[in-house]
Amino acid sequence: MNRIRRTMLFVPGNNPSMINDPHIYKPDSIIFDLEDSVSLKEKDAARFLVYNALKSIDYGQTERVVRINALNTPYGREDLEAIVRAAPDAIRLPKAESADDLCTADQIISEIESKAGLAEGSVKLIAAIETALGVINAYKIASAGQRVTAVALGAEDFITDMKSERTNSGFELHVARIQILMAARAAKIDALDTVFSDVADEDGFKQEVMYIKKLGFDGKSVIHPRQIEMVHSIFTPTVEEVSYAKRVIEAAVEAETSGSGVIALDGKMIDKPIVERAYRVIGLAKEVRALA
Amino acid sequence: MLKNAIGREIPERIEGLGELTPYQGPFAIRPKNRRRGPQLRQVEPGEKKLLPNLEKALIETGAHDGMTISFHHHFREGDYLLDKVIDAAARIGLKNLVIAPSSLTNVHSSLIEHIKNGVIKRIETSGLRGSLGEFISKGMMDTPVIIRSHGGRARAIEAGETKIDIAFLSVSSCDNYGNASGCVGRNVCGALGYAMVDAKYAEKVVLVTDTLVDYPNVPASIDQTDVDHIVVIDAIGDSGGIMSGPLRHTSSPRDLLIAEYTAKVVEYSGYFKDGFSIQSGSGGASLAVARFLRDKMLEKNITASFMMGGISAQHTVMLKEGFVRKLYDTQTFDLEAVKSLAENPNHVEISAAYYANPHSKGAVVNCLDVGILSALEIDTDFNVNVITGSDGIIRGASGGHSDIAAGAKLKIVIAPLVRKRMPIVVDRVNTVTTPGETIDVLVTDWGIAVNQKQPELMAVLGKTGLPLYDIKELQEKAESITGRPDLIKYTDRIVGIVEYRDGSIIDVIRQVM
Repeated sequence: MNRIRRTMLFVPGNNPSMINDPHIYKPDSIIFDLEDSVSLKEKDAARFLVYNALKSIDYGQTERVVRINALNTPYGREDLEAIVRAAPDAIRLPKAESADDLCTADQIISEIESKAGLAEGSVKLIAAIETALGVINAYKIASAGQRVTAVALGAEDFITDMKSERTNSGFELHVARIQILMAARAAKIDALDTVFSDVADEDGFKQEVMYIKKLGFDGKSVIHPRQIEMVHSIFTPTVEEVSYAKRVIEAAVEAETSGSGVIALDGKMIDKPIVERAYRVIGLAKEVRALA
Repeated sequence: MLKNAIGREIPERIEGLGELTPYQGPFAIRPKNRRRGPQLRQVEPGEKKLLPNLEKALIETGAHDGMTISFHHHFREGDYLLDKVIDAAARIGLKNLVIAPSSLTNVHSSLIEHIKNGVIKRIETSGLRGSLGEFISKGMMDTPVIIRSHGGRARAIEAGETKIDIAFLSVSSCDNYGNASGCVGRNVCGALGYAMVDAKYAEKVVLVTDTLVDYPNVPASIDQTDVDHIVVIDAIGDSGGIMSGPLRHTSSPRDLLIAEYTAKVVEYSGYFKDGFSIQSGSGGASLAVARFLRDKMLEKNITASFMMGGISAQHTVMLKEGFVRKLYDTQTFDLEAVKSLAENPNHVEISAAYYANPHSKGAVVNCLDVGILSALEIDTDFNVNVITGSDGIIRGASGGHSDIAAGAKLKIVIAPLVRKRMPIVVDRVNTVTTPGETIDVLVTDWGIAVNQKQPELMAVLGKTGLPLYDIKELQEKAESITGRPDLIKYTDRIVGIVEYRDGSIIDVIRQVM
């Protein structure tokens, strides 16, 4: 795990009043968007605004990510030239379809880091997978170099590409979600789920967040500050979970100390993966506490 | 010039207003005088009170140059009467009038013409907005306006400092002997809390209605024993206007974040227990606080003894659902609440004096646990400005702000840290309406600051995980985004004086350059 990414809040890059202080809503990450939420005539202004915001505003512990335009558009390269110099924590590359896309971005970022005097590899990459080809190449994308820190599903473009339709149950995204998740796990990076657009549908949102948490995602992109609390509450280990994990770890330590090969708790045998999960729960709880 | 207790320079005397007493502390001035009532009058059996029009009412009540006429602002942005009366006064050649409405809104810009043509000489009000506020801030009146809180106005009237010669009070319905209501009629406004004070203390009382009903029109908010005359006109106001102005329901994440923090401050403060009482302001975040508290009340199985403030539909729903036992209503903020006032015996209309007069034997604000207040600016001493904008122009209202702050046990100011690119926390507010010593907590979207004068509260909130800062840290955070704004340039000329609720002067407003 690189860092905790339960929520990534999208903020339109051309909206000064929203760029000022999205961290007050306490998302784990902010994604300043230069792509879909910014019209063509606003691209320059948004780039300028986000660059200056990153240079001058203290966003505290919140991860600062910028979604640039795709590198095959007239804006992507210029976005990188400006934004990397402002030293964000990560660049979110849209419509990643192959390892080459990531390698190209990696190379450009390395050049700019070097020119700007930044440590090489300091600006991470998050690959947004939004097409059928991208899903098929998910593992290659996820493992395309040290800079790649997470893969994310972008559902709207994917649905369009697939000629399918969005449903409440999300079955149309199931294969893509699983494929992206497996790629992330194999590459040992984060897997991030797509946005839920209907802000008013709190129940639907809750169901989806619970579902993707059970699948194994590390977090979800959100489009409204009011969605943050729900994701955090679902992704934060409960007191009971933490207490059980502690007992599992204590039992494992005790077994090791006594030289016993078998770990037991409440009369049940505890397998090694259960101990591993317990450490993960404690780790997540600690990180959440540190953020709070 | 004298410096008052919060370091503001106050002249000893102003031409046209007389001697001024500088502010000395929230309860420093003790009243010495007696209540001043109107001349006794005998209306004999068979005498008629109905008059055909406003001109006739002015003549019949002895209108003369230089007299003081009062009005209420229950119709807010929907008020028609004030303009009509001043037009009538101009038609019969009256000059140099003092007008003393309970407040003025954006619809009263036509007064500018009557100030220019000499009909109006002086204004006493709670608030000024729009082009009239701008006109006055630019020094266009010879005598400064007096800004008073709602409680301060009731006090000034009862003490005879504001001596009302004629009160013209629009009422939604009235019978031919002067029993009047704001809840029944073609154009309803709900409570008549401000008007009730004028009706008791004005020398002459003229009720104006568009709905004349059969005798007796009871229950009545203003009763026949105080009423000299009644005039029926086509329309007194627009009921729709009572909802306009600053009131709004919010879905803004920023407002909701502030409301959530505020509800938590209330919850942890020690005052959130069965039978607590609360007043909330009229802003979006302020109204949302009640919604968050509602959930907490459910969770902890507690109810409130009373709620007050401008009453809106949201309060009346909480009353119906049993979250609160009584609503005190001086001013009603929407038509749903008007309906509740008319129908629900636990929704109680009160006068501005009952609500907030400091020189009485106990106003409701003294019984309040929690007051939620707004701010245009707040300084690092917690002094609050709700009257002048960041450009120095008068564009707000004193309202019940300083009354609540003085009376309630826990006084919370809520505001976004940055509004329209301006920092809200400043070194020194443009104009002080409420002294910092009567404010306990500032809640912003970025975090919370507790007044150092409340160390116990600071200790309690310090254990809750809420984002607490020193108020100067909040100021720095705001300025890290906005920079430090240039100071507004004023001339030496005073265009308004801000009375504290006890009649002393807490600040003056100067002409902007």
